Amino acid sequence: MGVAAPNGVGLENFEQAIQQGISGIRFQPELERLKFSCQIAGKPEIPENLLQEYFTPLELRSLNSSGIVYGVISGIDAWKDAGLTVHEESATDWDSGIIFGTGILGVDKFREAIHMIDAGKTRRLGSTSVVQTMASGISAYLNKKLGCGNQVTTNSSACTTGTEAVLMAYDRIKLGKVTRVLTGSCSDSGPYIWGGFDAMRILPHKYNQDPTNASRPMSESAAGFVPGSGAGALVLEELESAKKRGAKIYAEVLGGHINSGGQRNGGSMTAPNSEGVKKCIQNAIFDAGVRGDGLDTINGHLTATTMDATEISNWKTALDLNAADFPSINSLKGLTGHCLSASGSIECVASVLQVSKNFIFGNINTGDLHPEIENLVGRENVPQKTLFREVNLLAKASFGFGDVNAVVIFGKFS
Amino acid sequence: METNKIIERLKTIVKPYVQNEQAFQDFGQDTDFIKDLEINSANLVDIVLDVEDEFDIAIDNDSMDNMMTVQDAVQIIKAKKQEA
Repeated sequence: MGVAAPNGVGLENFEQAIQQGISGIRFQPELERLKFSCQIAGKPEIPENLLQEYFTPLELRSLNSSGIVYGVISGIDAWKDAGLTVHEESATDWDSGIIFGTGILGVDKFREAIHMIDAGKTRRLGSTSVVQTMASGISAYLNKKLGCGNQVTTNSSACTTGTEAVLMAYDRIKLGKVTRVLTGSCSDSGPYIWGGFDAMRILPHKYNQDPTNASRPMSESAAGFVPGSGAGALVLEELESAKKRGAKIYAEVLGGHINSGGQRNGGSMTAPNSEGVKKCIQNAIFDAGVRGDGLDTINGHLTATTMDATEISNWKTALDLNAADFPSINSLKGLTGHCLSASGSIECVASVLQVSKNFIFGNINTGDLHPEIENLVGRENVPQKTLFREVNLLAKASFGFGDVNAVVIFGKFS
Repeated sequence: METNKIIERLKTIVKPYVQNEQAFQDFGQDTDFIKDLEINSANLVDIVLDVEDEFDIAIDNDSMDNMMTVQDAVQIIKAKKQEA
């Protein structure tokens, strides 16, 4: 696995950050200059020398797509972590593929191009404008380094993207069409990504001086999601092949489900149809061949809006559990903000780490747990501090604009 | 402008795009950008932009199509410089 998250770049840094409750939300002077209401965000910190480890000097000359930066760093890390080699001269590997999603790619590069085109200087765009702004630019950049010869594509389903990518990779492996897939997702950072959300007034605006307290999923004072960015990457591989290679196995994907509420019955462009959410959870549990009461923990979508309580209620109904039997639940967004199209994959990495290393990271900023949530599942199931205990079975959900849902079930590998 | 000086400046411009370092050692008038230096053809447009900036000239599409070797580039640069 690999990750470029606002609170940690690189798997070890990220694991430490989520265990210790280190927030990646920071004040962004650029957003203040541009008069955003919300002037804080989660943005991975990438030092110049790190860039040089992943990109050639020529690539860096024209690189102006933060999603590609985050995606390549996390993707290459994941590939190496899986014991696979990265060599630009290697032969095409027909048994490996890439399914790496994004929402919109290279907006800064696109802006650069728009200014030049409007000034009548289209011929000055150079050769990298297209490849840095096409959605599949991220899988294309990764594959330049990896040389995969199976399906290489980019999926897009808003904030479900990353979790959907994992399940698409899982399906393709299950169908026997590919042996291993580098999967994950990325999201650009910056005002051109976050501006639209600021305009919708769904971001918190009272925490510009107090960024680490701003992202408050499940709390009574939740006032909207803090925008984030980054990338997460996982290598999914057919079990026998992974064993034969002696690869490090963090966890097993046991199953999952992807659906849409159809923007009906309370579902809309921006809100999920609860019936769709519940079906997605139930079908994922069924697909994985497990039981709801067997879950050790849930990593929710939980963005810090009024929908948090609805989501928890949906989990409870779908799993048919009372408060006493409900598993611990957490949301990574308290630490990273909502990393949009990267959220699903970064949160899948966090989920798999919990299964592999036996912990449930704490929910910072839930000192004032929403009474409705407390009533539904109890204070003890929303830990504020990280719990170190056995985690064998985890459900992870992501929901996205357009009323789309994805739930994946991770299990301990034994 | 002296041919040698133009070639020196071209060499600096081309360097980051070169994929055959061996051929780059023998960089001279007859060097072919794609055949010898194995430069990705998509990068030729970037080289043209760099040349435009370095020599303060504009290279039209027809000239660009004919810019296969270092010698071609030198001739185009000299011609554009005279026009200017």
